[in-house]
Amino acid sequence: MIAEAGLAALWLAAALAVLQLGVAIAGDRLGDLRRIVVPVAVAQGLLTLFAFAMLIWLFLITDLSVQLVAANSHSDKPWIYRFSGTWGNHEGSMLLWVTVLAAAGAALAIFERRLPAKAMQATLGAQAALAIGFFGFLLIASNPFARLNPAPLQGQGLNPLLQDPGLAFHPPTLYLGYVGLSVAFSLAVGALITRDVGPALARAMRPWVLGAWVLLTIGIVAGSYWAYYELGWGGWWFWDPVENASLMPWLAATALLHSVNVLAARGGLRAWTIMLAVVAFSMSMIGTFLVRSGILTSVHSFAVDPERGSFILMLLLVYIGGALGLFAMRIGSVREGAQFDPVSREGALVANNLILTVILGTVFVGTLYPLFVEAVSGEKMSVGPPYFNAVTGPLTLILALLLFIGPLLRWRRDSRPNLRRIAAPVMATVLTFALSFAVWPAMSALARLGFAVAAGLAIASFLPLAGRNLRRTPLTIWGMVISHLGIAVAIAGAASDAALTKETLVAAAPGEVHRVGPWQIRFNGVDPVAGPNWTAVEGHLVATRGDRAVRLDPQSRFFSDPPTETNEAAILTTWDGQLYTVIGHQEGNRWQLRLWWKPIVTFIWLGGGLIALGGLLALIGRLFREGRRRRGATEAQEAFA
Amino acid sequence: MNRKLWLALPLIVFALFVLAVGWRLSSPPDPTVKSRMIGKPVPEFALPAALPAKPALASADLRRQGPRLVNLFASWCVPCIAEAPVLLDLKNRGVAIDGIAIRDTPTDIQRFLADHGDPFQRMGDDKASQVQMAFGSAGVPESFVVDASGVIRFQHVGPIMPQDVPTILAELEKAR
Repeated sequence: MIAEAGLAALWLAAALAVLQLGVAIAGDRLGDLRRIVVPVAVAQGLLTLFAFAMLIWLFLITDLSVQLVAANSHSDKPWIYRFSGTWGNHEGSMLLWVTVLAAAGAALAIFERRLPAKAMQATLGAQAALAIGFFGFLLIASNPFARLNPAPLQGQGLNPLLQDPGLAFHPPTLYLGYVGLSVAFSLAVGALITRDVGPALARAMRPWVLGAWVLLTIGIVAGSYWAYYELGWGGWWFWDPVENASLMPWLAATALLHSVNVLAARGGLRAWTIMLAVVAFSMSMIGTFLVRSGILTSVHSFAVDPERGSFILMLLLVYIGGALGLFAMRIGSVREGAQFDPVSREGALVANNLILTVILGTVFVGTLYPLFVEAVSGEKMSVGPPYFNAVTGPLTLILALLLFIGPLLRWRRDSRPNLRRIAAPVMATVLTFALSFAVWPAMSALARLGFAVAAGLAIASFLPLAGRNLRRTPLTIWGMVISHLGIAVAIAGAASDAALTKETLVAAAPGEVHRVGPWQIRFNGVDPVAGPNWTAVEGHLVATRGDRAVRLDPQSRFFSDPPTETNEAAILTTWDGQLYTVIGHQEGNRWQLRLWWKPIVTFIWLGGGLIALGGLLALIGRLFREGRRRRGATEAQEAFA
Repeated sequence: MNRKLWLALPLIVFALFVLAVGWRLSSPPDPTVKSRMIGKPVPEFALPAALPAKPALASADLRRQGPRLVNLFASWCVPCIAEAPVLLDLKNRGVAIDGIAIRDTPTDIQRFLADHGDPFQRMGDDKASQVQMAFGSAGVPESFVVDASGVIRFQHVGPIMPQDVPTILAELEKAR
C-alpha cells in the first residue's frame, strides 16, 4: 500500500503540473481563476514530498516486494544507510530531484511577492513545464515504486563506498543546489516571455541564486572531502566527469551571483544575467544527464541505458534548446541597462564573469572532448588533470588578483581608483613570492604564485571593511569579505597540497619504523576486525613527532553484499596539516603502507566552508533586510489607509 | 564579433553537445581495445616452453609455416574454458594453433589442458605478460591470425564462440 500511495501521489502531482502550465498559458483569459496557480503549485510540491517520504519509508522497513528496495538495500544495514539508500540509486535520486523541483516551485509561489503578476504567472508556468518533463521521466522510464513478484528473501545491498554518513547528506545538498537554480531559470524564462528584465527580477532572483549557490558550495566541498578520506587515494579533486558536472553549475552560479547584483543595484548587465540564469540550470540538467545516462566513464559508474538517456536528452533539447532559442529571439528587444566605464565596480564584475565563464568553458570542453573526438575520429582518449590544472590554475589566480581591487571600486565610474589602499596586499604578495624562494627553493611556479596570491588576498579581502563602523556594516558586506577570505584560504591549501605533500610507500614488516615528513611511523602489525556487514584487516601504527605519539588504525575492509573491498584511511588532523595513512595488501609477512604528510591540506575545505558561510551570511542579510522592508511597506500602507 | 553571433553561440555549443551525445546514445561504446599491431610483423620474441612435453614458441616459428592462429589464454581464465571446445573444433578443421600461456604455472596449464582439451602445436610461457603487451593485447582470451610472412592480420578479443568460426576461417584463408 505504501508504494501505491506514493505512486498515486506522484501521478496526481504530475497532473497538477499540467494544470499549472495550462493556467499559466491561458493567463488573463481565465479572469480571477488564474490565481489558483499558486495553490496548485503548493499542492504539487506537497504531493511530491509525500511520495518521497513514502519511498524513504519503504527503504527504512526494507520492503523487498519493491524492486528498487530489493536491488539496493539489505535489512542488515544500519538504519542510516537504509535511509540514505533511498537516493543512492537511479530512481530514488531522480525522485529526489523532482521533489526538490516541485518544492522549489511551491516555495516560489508562496514567498515571492514582489514580481508583477504577469511575470509571476509566466515563471510558475516555466517551473511547471520543467516539472512535467521530469515527472514524465520518472513515471514512464524510472518508476521508483515498481513491485517485484515474488519478493526476494534478501536485498542486494548498497555499494559499500556509499555506506558512509557523509553520503546521507551529500547528494541531497547538491540536488537542493542544482535544482534551486531551476527557479532562476524559470524567472529568466518568465522575464523573456513578458519582456520585463529589470531590477525587480534581479531582486526576486537573488536569494534563490544565493541559496542554491551556498548549497552547491557545501555539496561540492563535502563531496571533495568525502572522496579524500573515503577513496583512500589522498587526493581532493580528480577532475572526474561527475565532479565536473557539479563544478560547472557552480561556476555559472558564481558568475550569476555577481552579475545579478549589478542588475539589482544598477540595472546593468541585463542580457548577460538572463543568459547566466539559463546557463546555470542548464548546466545542472546537463550534469545530471551526464551522470545518470552513464555517457561518460567515471568512478561514479552507472549503467548506460540508451532508453533513459534518450528520454533525458529529449528533455534537455526542449528545455535548454527552448530557453536558449527564446533568449536569442527576445533579448534583442530587451533595453540595454545603465552604462558604465571599464574601470568601475561593474567593470570588475564583468571581468570576474568573463574569467568564470572561460573556466566553465574549459571544464565543459575538457569533460566532453573525449566524446567529441571519438564521435569524429573513432579514437579513444581521455582528458586528465594536467589539462584542467594547467588552464584553471592560472585563471583562478588571475580571478583572485582581481579580488584585490574589485570590491573597492565605485559603481559606474572610478576614474582614479585609490591604488594606495591595496598597497598592503600587493606588498604581502610580492614578499611571500620572494621569501618562497628562500624557504622552498624547488617548487612549481604555480604553487609559488598560489601562496603569494593567497597571502595578498587574505589581507585584501578585509579591505572593504576599512573605514566602516563594523557594528553597522551590513551582513551582505561581511558575507562578501568572508567568502573572499575563504578563496584565499582554499588557494593556500591547494598550493600546499600540490607542492609540500610528502609521500612514503613501503612494504613494512611488523616492528619497522618509517618516516614521512616530520613523523616517525612505527608499524605494530595487523588484527582482524568485524563490523555490522563487513570484515577488515586493521593495521596498527604509532605516529610520533617530538614527544607526541598517536595511534592510527587504517583498515582494509571487505564487504560481502555486494563483495567489494574498500580502504578506510586513518587520518590524524593537527593544527598544521594531516597525516594520512592507508593499509594495502599483504606481501609475505609485509604489508603495503601508504603514508602522506599533507601540510595545511585542511585549508582547502576550511576555505570552502568559509566561502559557503559568507554566502549564507549574505543570504540572511538579504532576507532580513527584505523582511524589514516588507514590514515597513505594510506599515506605510496602513498609515495611508 | 557581432552581437547576433554572440547570442547564438550558446545555442551552437548546445547543438554540438546534443549531436555528440546523440551519437553516443545511438552507438554504445565498444569496450574492446583494438591492437595497433594489426598489419605489422609479429614482435620479436622467444618464449620458454610452458610444458616440458610441448615445443616452445618464438617469433621465428610464426614466420615459418603460416597462416597460424595464436591464442592467448590462461588456466585461471573462465571464458577460456568456454572457448576450449571451439579451438578443438578449429584444430580438427586443420587450423594450426599456437598457445601463449599468460601468467600461469606448468601444473595449472597441465590440468587445464587435461580437463578441456589441447588444441596447441607449440606453447610459450609468458609469465610477465611481456609478449602479450607486445601483441597489443589487453586481456585473455585473445586470438591473432598471423599470415605466412609473419604479419598479424586479425585480432579476436574475447572467447571464440561457435558463431565466430566462419570469420576466423575466412581470415585464415585470406592470410594464406
